[in-house]
Amino acid sequence: MVEYLTHTLGLSGTLAWTIAAVVAAVLVLNVIAGGALVFIWAERKVAARIQDRLGPTRTGGRFGWLQSLADGIKLLAKEDLMPDGADGLLFKIAPYVSFCASFCAFIALPFAFDVVGLRLNVAVFFVVAVLGLEVFGVIIAGYASASKWSLFGAMREAAQVVSYEVPLGMCVVVPVMLAGSMDMVTIAEKQAGWFWNWYLFHDPFTFVVFWVYVTCAVASVNRAPFDLAEAESELVAGFHTEYSGLRWSFFFMAEYGSMFLVSGMAAVLFLGGWNGPIPIATLLGWSEGTGESAHYLVRLVGLANLIGKATLGVLFMMWIRWTLPRLRIDQVMTTCLKYCTPIAAVMFAGAMLWQVLLPGGLMPGVGRPGGEVREGWLEGPGGRAVQAPAPPAVAEIRP
Amino acid sequence: MTLPSSVVGDLGVLGVAFLPLAAINWHSVMFLLFAAVACLAAVAVVAADNVVRMALYLVVSLAATAGLFFLAGAEFVGAMQLMIYVGGTLVLLVFGVMLTAQAPFVAIKSEGGDRVVAGIVGAALLAALVLAGLSVPAWRQPASMHAPPPAATPLGMALVGVRVDAAEGPGVIGPRVGYLLPFEIVSVHLLVVLVGAAYLARAKRRKVPRPIDQVASVEPPASVAAHASIGRGERAGSVLTGGSA
Amino acid sequence: MTSLSMNPVLGFLIDAPVSVAHYLVVGAILFTAGVACMATKRNALGVLMGIELVLNGANVNFVAFASTYLAGEGGRPLGLDGQVFAVFVILLAAAEAAVALAITLNFYNNHATVDVDRADDLKG
Repeated sequence: MVEYLTHTLGLSGTLAWTIAAVVAAVLVLNVIAGGALVFIWAERKVAARIQDRLGPTRTGGRFGWLQSLADGIKLLAKEDLMPDGADGLLFKIAPYVSFCASFCAFIALPFAFDVVGLRLNVAVFFVVAVLGLEVFGVIIAGYASASKWSLFGAMREAAQVVSYEVPLGMCVVVPVMLAGSMDMVTIAEKQAGWFWNWYLFHDPFTFVVFWVYVTCAVASVNRAPFDLAEAESELVAGFHTEYSGLRWSFFFMAEYGSMFLVSGMAAVLFLGGWNGPIPIATLLGWSEGTGESAHYLVRLVGLANLIGKATLGVLFMMWIRWTLPRLRIDQVMTTCLKYCTPIAAVMFAGAMLWQVLLPGGLMPGVGRPGGEVREGWLEGPGGRAVQAPAPPAVAEIRP
Repeated sequence: MTLPSSVVGDLGVLGVAFLPLAAINWHSVMFLLFAAVACLAAVAVVAADNVVRMALYLVVSLAATAGLFFLAGAEFVGAMQLMIYVGGTLVLLVFGVMLTAQAPFVAIKSEGGDRVVAGIVGAALLAALVLAGLSVPAWRQPASMHAPPPAATPLGMALVGVRVDAAEGPGVIGPRVGYLLPFEIVSVHLLVVLVGAAYLARAKRRKVPRPIDQVASVEPPASVAAHASIGRGERAGSVLTGGSA
Repeated sequence: MTSLSMNPVLGFLIDAPVSVAHYLVVGAILFTAGVACMATKRNALGVLMGIELVLNGANVNFVAFASTYLAGEGGRPLGLDGQVFAVFVILLAAAEAAVALAITLNFYNNHATVDVDRADDLKG
């Protein structure tokens, strides 16, 4: 886009860069805000169907599809209350801290081959790190509300999120190891082709790791059955008991943004990213070089693929929310420390051994992109090959 | 894909109107932004009396520093700072703050004399450090802005003992050594710390009541004064399980 | 807008590329704030926060000296070594915070305060 602005419109580089940055930021903001609207409506409908109800039916004609817009207007018009004993400054900024963390993580999430806010070399690490910051908003909110329920909710959240970052990190490392890069674009590219190239089906260990990742992701974005921070049966509404109006809706948007984010990350890490289950573009002969329209069409299909997969992930989370009962806090901790962490550790070791011993997979014929020497830095400056550090045994067994 | 010339002309006018915008070095602006936030928040940590606010300012300061690391091309260190420092260490710290946030300790005032002395000594230290930092001409050279190399993979390789980064880059000094031994030492150190911290913080059974129980039974925290009568006195169970209510 | 670029100080700030010295100044401010925090705070956790600030200031310097991006013409960046050091500092700060927090909580349990001025049991 920067090239387009500079070459076609003749703008200076910095100005073009600025415009591109603003456009990208607005697009990401729209993904979160628009996504939240759609997902809140979807959550109501899914919940209703699971509980054998109808859900919203009236607002906006059929299916009540304008329900979240009506909710939004109601929230805007609602009085913004603050408890008497609250710490004013902290109470006010807490929702924005949460929302900003959720928003910042989207910077590094690739939506299609080129459609990424910032192609970071440590994208996976960055997203996990920034996602962990969301907990601060919750803790501050819980403390500043000057309410017992809020404080308990915040303490639970802090304990839970810090604990679940450990197995989550271990799960995330497995695809990173297989791809040999922390760059999400590279990771998704490695899974191009048919769906058996996805890291989900790479080996039995990654298949297990994916489900551990799902568990940890649900826990780290505070969704049922791990929503102890807002357990309404014991803590009224947990950390956001005292919030109302627009500030409350910021917490809500942050939650749905994070759900979409962890689902998108699952899609990139395990489900092939923007590569569909069937490589339609390749079968039709479209590729990067076939012309401008095909070029954009491939991007568009990729975008649809990734958003579709992430949406499926969000719907999956809704499904478990309305199906499973909430755990107790000690059960949440047990799940993390006694089950998820050891399983993730063992699966990590297993995937590593598999990668060393069977780099071509069990069926060498299907053409998995094996362990070639992957990164450009190995070729040193000026095309001069620096000696590869690891013994390239992996490369020779490549089919 | 060319636009009509009138549109281009309009945009050109727009560009002229925002000419200073085009001349701005965005790297410098972002640096200024992050640096200002980091420094102001650090000063706010010193100035604040409320320990919870101090924690918040510290979070802001460290996060802005992570932004500075990203700007300096150290992406891995920046992400590490966000993940471990801000996401781990500080959550731990805030946890500690909340566990000890009984009303008398939330805002322990520093003594005025201490502040004055600290201000004088601090100003002297700052002046010395800044003068030292500005004294070497080579450090005042404007950045050459060569694109930084991808730092994560060579860093990882260095940590397991293999150096693959450009050994003969322009003017790079420093030993060409790996860091496997320090890495292992740090790993064992972390393990020892984990065990030690768990040992120190474990719940002990004691026969005589602790002073904390006596304090808590006579002086409920002001923030929960309205609910002070609920579940007060037994203090069984941890705060995570909702006390004994 | 034009006055913005005419203003010499502001114009210099937003036009000129940053250098290592800029980072050193930021590091110095963080370091000094940390030292002042350690010296003045009476809350044990406040002292802990001061230590974090000091370590962070040191880290800024490490990263600045390491950066090939910031080094001027003829500059001699440390390369990877500075970044590795910064990583180690972050890890050890995490370890230090965990132990210090455990000690503080223990102290709180035994003495019902987090005021470091009252930790004077060993005074002769």
